[in-house]
Amino acid sequence: MAIKLEIPTALRPFTGKQASVEFEAATVGEALRRLTATFTDLQKHLYTEDGRIRSFVNIYVNDEDIRYLEKENTPIKDGDTISIVPSIAGGSAGTASGTGRSL
Amino acid sequence: MPIQTSTLPAAAARALSKEEIQRYSRHLIMPEVGMEGQLKLARAKVLMIGAGGLGAPLGLYLAAAGVGRLGILDFDTVDSTNLQRQVTFSTADVGRPKAVAAAERLAGINPTIRIDTYRTRLTSENALELFRDYDIIVDGTDNFPTRFLVNDACVLLGKPNVYGSIFRFEGQATVFGYPGGPCYRCLYPEPPPPGLVPSCAEGGVLGVLPGIVGSIQAMETIKLILGIGEPLIGRLLLFDALAMRFRELRLRKNPACPMCGDHRTINQLIDYEEFCGIRGEEAPVMTTGIPEITPHELKARLDRGDDLFVLDVREPHEVQICKLKDGHLIPLGDLPRRVSELDSSREIVAYCRSGRRSADAVQFLQQAGFHKIWNLKGGILAWSDEVDPSVPKY
Repeated sequence: MAIKLEIPTALRPFTGKQASVEFEAATVGEALRRLTATFTDLQKHLYTEDGRIRSFVNIYVNDEDIRYLEKENTPIKDGDTISIVPSIAGGSAGTASGTGRSL
Repeated sequence: MPIQTSTLPAAAARALSKEEIQRYSRHLIMPEVGMEGQLKLARAKVLMIGAGGLGAPLGLYLAAAGVGRLGILDFDTVDSTNLQRQVTFSTADVGRPKAVAAAERLAGINPTIRIDTYRTRLTSENALELFRDYDIIVDGTDNFPTRFLVNDACVLLGKPNVYGSIFRFEGQATVFGYPGGPCYRCLYPEPPPPGLVPSCAEGGVLGVLPGIVGSIQAMETIKLILGIGEPLIGRLLLFDALAMRFRELRLRKNPACPMCGDHRTINQLIDYEEFCGIRGEEAPVMTTGIPEITPHELKARLDRGDDLFVLDVREPHEVQICKLKDGHLIPLGDLPRRVSELDSSREIVAYCRSGRRSADAVQFLQQAGFHKIWNLKGGILAWSDEVDPSVPKY
């Protein structure tokens, strides 16, 4: 089943600038594993060293947060969209001053 | 989620003057606002955290709409790189405190409102006292520690936090901290560790983007004051400017949230720099322990004719702005794939704009077995300051 993964701007440098990619997968975890297997640089941005999804990255199936579904075991069906939504902090981004350092 | 009324405390009603009636006539003739709504706006007290890109449209529209009391908190001064998107300021404001320049501009738009300026950093020590005087807090800051601080202070005081943030072409907006609704920690329990998210210098932002997201914050603030429509509570609005697409994700209140959940474990404001893994404004967290060369030392060695390989780890579009002579470009993101282009027997000096990305490059190359490698301290910006002022800074 073809699942669309939406890649946020902040992570597009690691997907060859692609805004979305498609994979065959039955669960969210499987789709994400295929994603990080294809774009290996994404691994450390999405997962901690012990393999948990990072707490400043949220994963949604359509408009629902997988933390309130079955987490990575959440089943997906043809036509579903998985969105990766990392926290962004900018309000005035682009300034050279120190406060932008976290962005 | 339906919302019954404005959260604002009832204040003594005052009548609008003839001039005010004329000024606000396009509000007054709409039944959703009307005289009652305009008086709610006149009695409302809104604190803007940050007078930058998001704060610009926010302040302009709230002042124009007649929000009776506006607080502007910003410790920064206007610099010329702000003018591309912070449309409150004019070129003549460069070097002036942002809070003061913004207050003057807003007072020019609407002299009937009260504007208070706070030229200070928001801290765990002053946040609660500052917020107490206001009904709604609008977060237009640019860093994670302040975002968590604004959230926690709002939850502790039970005040709505109208949130907006941006990155390059992408924006997020929602309303946190509304009684019964989710807070920022429900969405993101923890901040990213420093360095994992692309830095601001690599980020950049298209000037119109904060204009759009800040305008959404202004609209949500006014809706909360008026108690009309469906506020952006429990919904995270995502905006992709390149695709020109808005999406909405469901944002749930986390029952286990340490801040607003059933069993609160955070009962006071904490050290947010520490929480975000940042120690001290100036501390070069990511560059400690990395061998460095100063611009002067590099210049002297190049002048001597030493065999140095100058590695530029910036992006190709940055090279078009300025570059060091004889630099070899491999963008940081491409380095793992292209490491074979480098000769580990030669001395290598890596540089970027400010020295942050090149510090990452040096660290990576050290792990890959390169030992004769240095980071240009302060990047090409420092080179411009200390060696060659004809190199433009960006």
